[in-house]
Amino acid sequence: MNKLKRTIFSVLASLLIIGSVNANDKIKIATEGAYPPWNSKNEAGKLIGFEVELAWSLCRYIGRQCEIVEQDWDGMIPALQLRKYDAIMAGMSITDERKKVITFSQGYADEVASLAVMKGSDLEGMETPAGINLTKPDSAAKKALKTIEAGLAGKTVCTQTGTIHQNFLESGDVGKINLRTYKTQDEVNLDLEAGRCDVALAAAVAFVDYAEKSGKPVVLVGPTFSGGAFGNGVGVGLRQAAQMGENTTLGKRDAELLRAFNKAIDQARKDGVISRLAIKWFGFDASM
Amino acid sequence: MDLELILNSLPKLLPAALVTLKLLISSLIIGLIIGLGFAILRLNKNIFINKFAYGYSYLFRGTPLLVQIFIIYYGLAQIEYLRSTFLWAIIKEPYWCAIIAFSLNTGAYTSEILRSAFQTIKVGVIEAGKSLGISNKIIFYKIQIPIAIRQSLPAYGNEIILMLKGTSLASTVTLMDLTGVAKYIISTTFKPIEVFIVAGSIYLFMTFCIHNLIKFLEKKYSFSN
Repeated sequence: MNKLKRTIFSVLASLLIIGSVNANDKIKIATEGAYPPWNSKNEAGKLIGFEVELAWSLCRYIGRQCEIVEQDWDGMIPALQLRKYDAIMAGMSITDERKKVITFSQGYADEVASLAVMKGSDLEGMETPAGINLTKPDSAAKKALKTIEAGLAGKTVCTQTGTIHQNFLESGDVGKINLRTYKTQDEVNLDLEAGRCDVALAAAVAFVDYAEKSGKPVVLVGPTFSGGAFGNGVGVGLRQAAQMGENTTLGKRDAELLRAFNKAIDQARKDGVISRLAIKWFGFDASM
Repeated sequence: MDLELILNSLPKLLPAALVTLKLLISSLIIGLIIGLGFAILRLNKNIFINKFAYGYSYLFRGTPLLVQIFIIYYGLAQIEYLRSTFLWAIIKEPYWCAIIAFSLNTGAYTSEILRSAFQTIKVGVIEAGKSLGISNKIIFYKIQIPIAIRQSLPAYGNEIILMLKGTSLASTVTLMDLTGVAKYIISTTFKPIEVFIVAGSIYLFMTFCIHNLIKFLEKKYSFSN
């Protein structure tokens, strides 16, 4: 079955991408363009953000030309597998679930997740530690999860579809909740502000960015989350070399791209590029 | 092709198809009432009433359904005054926003379908009624409306099928209809082809049923019988 699948994939892929298999072709990097400050668009429709600038830097280190393309979040991984582009830099956390279908470079930045409410919500006083790690939750973290579970009971909790945040909310760590999922973070923000969502979960910086730009009283509540369902930082999403077969031309090229990105991230980290960009876009050093 | 995923997604997609069906039927019923009302207004000789009805159908047929549902769901929620009124209880719910958008949309098309059906009724039929001494009101309810409904069946059947596919937009306002659940499964399996084939087949089956129902009704109420 696997072999048959691979053959079908290869035939399909070679049909689809005839003429674009030159090794010196541009590296196509996809981003969502709707998750500020990680990646977004300015008024002119140009892609901007931490990952857009980092992508250009990494390309310079790799020494190949790049093209940054926009892709909706829900089709991000399938389109990578169909070779519509070669890499994903879209605030995508490295998780075991995703690693089953694609591979990741080493992480380049930490995504710190947080709950957010509108000012005046009864969740504002929630007493929890400043941050909890869910990889091996200690007693304080477990107690915090209980507090959150009690706080979220009977509330509508909103988040973006297909994210680590959705995985966490469905993991049962905070009990059974009334969850609503959206295509983009912008829509989550709109419904949080309108009052359809009582509380939302996303990258903390996404809420801070929204509060600053819109002037709406969005406040972070509860602890910041990391580890467990939240993955191990954000990395470049790449195709598994095995998808095409490790000894095929395309498979070798995918493996080579992973090495190139890892090396480029090493260099960018050493030169302080990632820290500088993180401070510029997030206001603090989220590099890793 | 992941056959296992196809089989596993069916039990999740079938209940979602019921949500789609519920959205479709509710909107069609409300849309039919709106459509009939506006079709009658369109036949009115008063220019203001006539233009008002025309404006409604022009507006809702001239803009994409996606834009309409976004304006009703996200747009209305931005008006702070509205949030303090009783209307907010309705607009707050994605389900009602979808029903409102779909009903207004299908109502506009239905009004056009019915209007043209009314206008194709031969003058002779109405005159025959009058010559028998039947009142205008009875002629309208017992002769014009039944003929118009029969006339508009083929076009209305099309409208039902278009609306069925239109309901897939409910997923853009967080409703878990057939498309919504399909997208949800894809977000965890990353396999769009398999899941969309199943979802597409369910839509196709529903279209098949609607098509045959309309064909049956057309035959049953055929003029030649």
